Amino acid sequence: MNLMNWSQTLDVYLIVGALLFAIGILGFLKHKTLIGMLISGELILAGASLNFMAFGYFRAPNPVTGQAFTLFIIGIAAAETAIVLSIMIAVYRNYRSIETRDLKEMEG
Amino acid sequence: MTIPFTPESFYGVVSALIFAAFIVVTLVGALMAATSVRLIRSVCGLALSFTGLAGLYYYLNNPFLALMQILIYVGAVCVAIMFAMMLAELNETPRPLARSILVGLVSLLAAALFAVPLIRLAGRSNWMSAPAVKANAGQIQDLGRALLTQYGFAFELISVVLLLAILGALVVARSGRGRIQP
Repeated sequence: MNLMNWSQTLDVYLIVGALLFAIGILGFLKHKTLIGMLISGELILAGASLNFMAFGYFRAPNPVTGQAFTLFIIGIAAAETAIVLSIMIAVYRNYRSIETRDLKEMEG
Repeated sequence: MTIPFTPESFYGVVSALIFAAFIVVTLVGALMAATSVRLIRSVCGLALSFTGLAGLYYYLNNPFLALMQILIYVGAVCVAIMFAMMLAELNETPRPLARSILVGLVSLLAAALFAVPLIRLAGRSNWMSAPAVKANAGQIQDLGRALLTQYGFAFELISVVLLLAILGALVVARSGRGRIQP
């Protein structure tokens, strides 16, 4: 690989996307609160959209495809964040906590 | 007399270095977001990671999506998370040490389970070629045209989803406002 030109190789973007995805999963399992899990979910989505952008730029016959998908992912993620935050506020009102350990009313 | 190093001869090196810096910022921010116990640091790491990701989008010949990434993720999503965090408690209570080591190991294992095959797959395939597209393809005009013709249906669906999300968020957050026990 030509080191001067490594921003124009697909592999770099794929590896960064895979690492972002893995870090998101790591955080999803490690965090104890709903906010932490939401943040990790955003990281997973970021890894996916980086993959879409990279394949759209390097491989797709029409580069608009990857960009449109990434825009859709951004829109869906914004909607998801709004819903999750409002659910979290409702949960905090009822339980006085956003840690997943305390939300066990329906536990068997 | 010839000048041995013109400024143009450094452009490639500087560009590669900035690209490396963006990758480092993205991954360090993501690690900060994933592993920090203080949630405020998690959100700051998320903002850092998304800023680096916007830089990577810029290197993919797409300044429009880089700006959208900063505007929506850093400017809106992170700020919204921070506002919600002000309403709840700020920190996670730390686990006992043995349990925290166990959880860390298990989550590392799960992350490696996804990362290692994906990275090996990316390295094994024969994708090392220059971009197939022309330099000026995929500009913002093309994107706008495609959003309103080829992807028109998905575009409308997204707007309906966003409307429903706003209404749903209002309804969910509003219920129970009256009966807060002191």
